[in-house]
Amino acid sequence: MLENLIWGYVYPNESEIQWSILIVLYPYITGLVAGAFIASSLYHVFGKNEIKPVARFALLTALSFLLVAMLPLLVHLGRPERGIEIMFTPHVTSAMSGFGYIFSFYLTIVVLEIWLSFREDIVNKALSSHGWKELLYSSLALFSFDISEKALHDDEKFARKLAIIGIPSAAFLHGYVGFIFGGIKANPWWSTPLMPIIFLMSAIVSGIALLILLYIAAMKIRKHVIDHKCLQSLAHYLWIFLILDVTLELLEIVSMKYASREDIDIINRLLSDKIGFTFYGVQLTLGIFIPFVLLLMVSLMKNRETLKLYMISISSIFVVIGVFAMRWNVVIGGQEISKSLSGTLTYVPVFFSQEGVLPAIIIFILPFIILLVVTSILPPWKDMGEEPS
Amino acid sequence: MNISRRKFTKFGCKIIIGATVGTTIIESLVTNSIAQQNPPVEGYDWEKHFWGYVVDTRKCIGCGRCASACKMENEVPFDEEVYRTWIERYRVKKTINETREEEVVIDSPDGGIEGFEDDIPAEEIKKAFYVPKICNHCDNAPCVQVCPVGATYTTKDGVVLVDYEYCIGCRYCIQGCPYGARYFNAEKGTADKCTWCYHRITKGLLPACVQACPTGARKFGDLNDNTSEVKKIMDEERITLLKPDLGTKPKVFYIGLDREVK
Repeated sequence: MLENLIWGYVYPNESEIQWSILIVLYPYITGLVAGAFIASSLYHVFGKNEIKPVARFALLTALSFLLVAMLPLLVHLGRPERGIEIMFTPHVTSAMSGFGYIFSFYLTIVVLEIWLSFREDIVNKALSSHGWKELLYSSLALFSFDISEKALHDDEKFARKLAIIGIPSAAFLHGYVGFIFGGIKANPWWSTPLMPIIFLMSAIVSGIALLILLYIAAMKIRKHVIDHKCLQSLAHYLWIFLILDVTLELLEIVSMKYASREDIDIINRLLSDKIGFTFYGVQLTLGIFIPFVLLLMVSLMKNRETLKLYMISISSIFVVIGVFAMRWNVVIGGQEISKSLSGTLTYVPVFFSQEGVLPAIIIFILPFIILLVVTSILPPWKDMGEEPS
Repeated sequence: MNISRRKFTKFGCKIIIGATVGTTIIESLVTNSIAQQNPPVEGYDWEKHFWGYVVDTRKCIGCGRCASACKMENEVPFDEEVYRTWIERYRVKKTINETREEEVVIDSPDGGIEGFEDDIPAEEIKKAFYVPKICNHCDNAPCVQVCPVGATYTTKDGVVLVDYEYCIGCRYCIQGCPYGARYFNAEKGTADKCTWCYHRITKGLLPACVQACPTGARKFGDLNDNTSEVKKIMDEERITLLKPDLGTKPKVFYIGLDREVK
């Protein structure tokens, strides 16, 4: 059976794919985090008021996904109990060694940002509730109940400063994930200086699309009217970042093919035999071109809000699928070519195993559960035109 | 207790930033792995040697004794597709049409341990040769560079080793090695690779693969020692490296390497 999965010559040690679906999930999740955070910064930093209804919701989304971002890596390790060594004794020449620090730094920023933007609500809840709720919210408020106008103003100023630091951090967090792959000179499919910026653009795209979907879902579940101005503004930014994303992705392929180095034969084979469907079909056509056209139509159409809503939803669904395919094509695709440049192999996902599809599904469901819990503790709904409950 | 929120925030930020910077500085001073500090064998001075390996591909007959000896010596499982050394067979077929494109058939069934079958009629083959492969113990090793915890390191005598007590099993090194020389040891949960039989060479013995080679295609020796065979070959022969353009500076030196070999 193994023979059918291998074409040409692969080094004997390459018969097993080392980085599985979990490692596909890891850049996918960090990308969603970075994207959602940057979407919230459109309001917090750039003062785009039309984004305000989802700005705090976006922060909570970023946090929910950030909390599980480390999980796929940890589950994948051969010795998970030693994983913490990456924090204690980082080997600084390794592109991977900074992850723990960058992750922690970014987590701190996101938590602080959330705390500052929800502080008024937390204090109000602490003052108006009793029993364990009072204790919960008082401790969340860090037992500081000053919500005078001056204090809130200071909060806002500090939150803005944090968000300004947050944007490069989010960009760094995800650009860095791209570098983990881009820095591997042994692999011609990964080794490109464009990798970090491609990762970043696709991250922003996926984050905005996810935010759109979560916003629509939340409004439907809560039976509340959707703010079309906000939604269309998000769709507009999604469209802009799609253009940047596709430009870079095509630039990479075109320059690889044009330069036609030693590895071009195996790259061509990868693109035609191995990931042809997921690359041209899902990543580019479904994930970029169709949403691009749909969103263009949305921006040209007048009125017809319901139709636009459908078009934006479909575009967003396609985008989040397309970006997953992009991560797949990078992580799995890169391992399906042999470093002998003379053969290819095939990744066959296993369902029940430590690195199988099942743990991947569980890990991917977790952030949605976390988001449910977090939004019930810190409801962002009043931004969306709902009365505080 | 009456701390203003502003003070608290300021104080908190200072603590967080201070702690992050502080731990980074302290921890980067702490050596990643204790194994890097001391020679793994007592009574052996690793500063006196610098090992090198020569493969004369013209002499290899593809018998597979080297790969087999390696598995036995280093307890590499025979029933798994993992190898510290292996032999590749290259067969360039005669061009049938006028495209001038050569078809090269490369294989290494079971790493060449059991030898090779004649599955292409001899009259169809223009030229054929064997190429033994092994970890290159690069001077500028990508696997050492990418290890996030420093579990993979280069010894002072030029051997790239894995500290099995320290490796976290992330497999970044396997991705980073351009030669496919590393594998994942499922039993230990760590990366694994050729050590040039470090337990043997530090006692003055040869690596098992070199010892087992009946034709002298594999040679091993001290590059610091002007009388060693490896050093003499280095000085007198025309030698090539695998994937020299990647700048890894391999220490396995090849004689008679064909352009097809990657």
